[in-house]
Amino acid sequence: MSSWRTRLLPPLLAIVFAVILTAIALIISGADPLQAYGTMIGQLFKGSTAVDTVNLATVYYLSGLAVAIGFQMNLFNIGVEGQYRFAAIVTAIIGGALRLPPVIHVIAILLVAVASGMLYAAIPAVLKVTRGVSEVISTIMLNAIVGGIVAFLVNADQFGVQTGNNIATREIAETGRIPGIPIGSGELFGFVLIAALIGAAYWFMLNRTRFGFELKASGESTTAAAAGGVNAKKMTLIAMLLSGGVAGLVAMPELLGRDFTYGITSTQMYGFTGIAVALLGRNHPAGIALGALLWAFLDRSAVSLEQINVSKEIAVIMQGVIVLSVVIAYEIVRRADLAAEQRRVGRALAGKGSSVSEGGAV
Amino acid sequence: MPVKRQKRRIPGWAKGAIWGLLAVGVLAIASYATGVNTLTSTNTAHTALRLALPILLCALGGLWAERAGVINIGLEGMMILGTWGAAWGAYHGGVWAGLISAVVFGALGGLLHAVATVTFNVNHIVSGVAINLLGLGVAKYLANLIFTPLSGNPRQSPPVPKFDTYSATFLSDWLADLEKMQRVFISDLAGILNGLITEVAPLTMIAIALVPISYFVLWRTRFGLRLRSCGENPVAAESLGVNVYLHKYVAMLISGGLAGMGGASLVLLAGGADYLENQTNNRGYIGLAAMIFGNWRPGGLLGGAALFGYADGLQLAGGGTAVLALLYGAVILLAVIVAVQLFRRQWIAAALGVFGAALLYAIYWTNDDLPSDLIPYTAHFVTLIVLAVASQRLRPPKADGALYRRGED
Repeated sequence: MSSWRTRLLPPLLAIVFAVILTAIALIISGADPLQAYGTMIGQLFKGSTAVDTVNLATVYYLSGLAVAIGFQMNLFNIGVEGQYRFAAIVTAIIGGALRLPPVIHVIAILLVAVASGMLYAAIPAVLKVTRGVSEVISTIMLNAIVGGIVAFLVNADQFGVQTGNNIATREIAETGRIPGIPIGSGELFGFVLIAALIGAAYWFMLNRTRFGFELKASGESTTAAAAGGVNAKKMTLIAMLLSGGVAGLVAMPELLGRDFTYGITSTQMYGFTGIAVALLGRNHPAGIALGALLWAFLDRSAVSLEQINVSKEIAVIMQGVIVLSVVIAYEIVRRADLAAEQRRVGRALAGKGSSVSEGGAV
Repeated sequence: MPVKRQKRRIPGWAKGAIWGLLAVGVLAIASYATGVNTLTSTNTAHTALRLALPILLCALGGLWAERAGVINIGLEGMMILGTWGAAWGAYHGGVWAGLISAVVFGALGGLLHAVATVTFNVNHIVSGVAINLLGLGVAKYLANLIFTPLSGNPRQSPPVPKFDTYSATFLSDWLADLEKMQRVFISDLAGILNGLITEVAPLTMIAIALVPISYFVLWRTRFGLRLRSCGENPVAAESLGVNVYLHKYVAMLISGGLAGMGGASLVLLAGGADYLENQTNNRGYIGLAAMIFGNWRPGGLLGGAALFGYADGLQLAGGGTAVLALLYGAVILLAVIVAVQLFRRQWIAAALGVFGAALLYAIYWTNDDLPSDLIPYTAHFVTLIVLAVASQRLRPPKADGALYRRGED
């Protein structure tokens, strides 16, 4: 049973808790928390910060969706980080080499991205299904190794192009790019629309298809699902591959909308953020979107804290506290609901005056 | 029905020694066949020992947590807290203060994990990931706040004192002579041993001593038995009067403290960096993998930590050519395994072994050097391969990672 209380209260509690805790940290370090929070919120309305926040949130949203697909199956895909970076480097190389007409070029690039994300996710998936290796450890190793793969592929001896001090893949041609939507002083990624579509597809798959039902069922209990004829190993494999496929798209908004190349210095850590965002949004597509926006806001406006001599790392602490307290808050609210339910049942029974001796149920 | 207990012909420590000698033998052959002396040099063994320590300590931390039934993915975060604590404590009060402060900081992370997982029943992996995030954030924040005025760099601490080192001088000289004599196996063994006994810091000795101590406490004392029963069957343990919550809390404090000590071993040993952002570089996770490789047992995880430390030390000391020589060694080891599997009539395993050996040999034969960008990840590759090969006969504690609430099934 989920009322609005069990859905909305925990994230709000977590945010309030995080605000209070970081305020204490700020006071200890000699800063004024009100001024700090004021600066962060004020930053949102300056220049292109708002548009940048939405752009970053798009990336986080895709990453959160990728993680959430795994969560549905009780799979912990920490490997989104490795999968998206592997897909980004492969896609940037192939996309830069392809010469195709406009729309077809974009579609080809997206297909390559999904396929290469799946390919990298297939390694932990196969290891788990055939050898029982925990996906947590194997994906962590693959996350680290991807750094070497990117460095290797982007090397000038392989596919890299040296421009000035920077070394990156060859630039993707005009035909393979996704045009942005100009708003105010910034430009919104065109990929925002595609991300929204993927979110809708995720919701449809989960709630309106047989596959989604089986996925959720075997995530709840593999034995029960097996009794219902669902092959848990197959579901694990498919869930991991789907998750990897979506992960393959994580870098695409930036690659096709802003950077057009991928190099060693390109952004990282989106995969880990996806875990936090999926947790915040409780695997619900709308929740993940809100979580992604919150996270992106904290990232983008924390930079402004440097102006008032506050370390921007306070935002990282805030994010960590939010994740931990949101899961704790869910547990507390669940228990409170449970206790209230028990009291209600108890009162109802007491009202009837039923006891065992009078023939009532215990 | 009484369980028939198979009598073990060889005691555990002897088995370990045999494995160790086999490993040295394989390395000796590979070293002579490929002409790469780095495989068994004093320098490699020395570096390997230094790099194995954080992994060993994290693995021990993981052992304490998982034996009590708590999965500790947060080791990495606790280790990061430990590196900061070590640098801060050592800068203000010398190396021992640094070590203690690292343990305290790590234990704080462990306490947080215990509060989340034991008291609030949060999913263990979720809480661990949050602690990794938090550990990184807190360390960065504190480094920014406290180290920047001292070092002028928010990513780094000022230089901190390191542990003094001690050598077994006479033995060391004798072993160095032996190594120079270039005799197959004996010189190799001497080189490796020499690396392990020269310039050893007290922290190294403590870390290694913690392996038998952990074994003794966990398997030979009443407290240890109770703690392990929380990881096997908490409901039964509670019904026998064991305070499961308390034992899990204690286990998590020890686990975090050990991870913090692992962080200290990155900062306080000669040859290591002072506090540096990202210096832990996923070693917490490799420690966890080492523990899994060691089948959740102290002796096994020592082997796992040695393996990953060696892989890491070798790539640092010898680069691509040395890693290629290690591949050659792996081919020899696979040949031995294939022979054993043939003897046991495990045809499929033997065929897979032959295939793997052929593949590795092909890589060795066709390359003079490995791509330098991939070399630093040798230990990660080794982890993956070893887990893929070894992880099927392992037995984790039965209630590992299970959520437990007093009075509920």
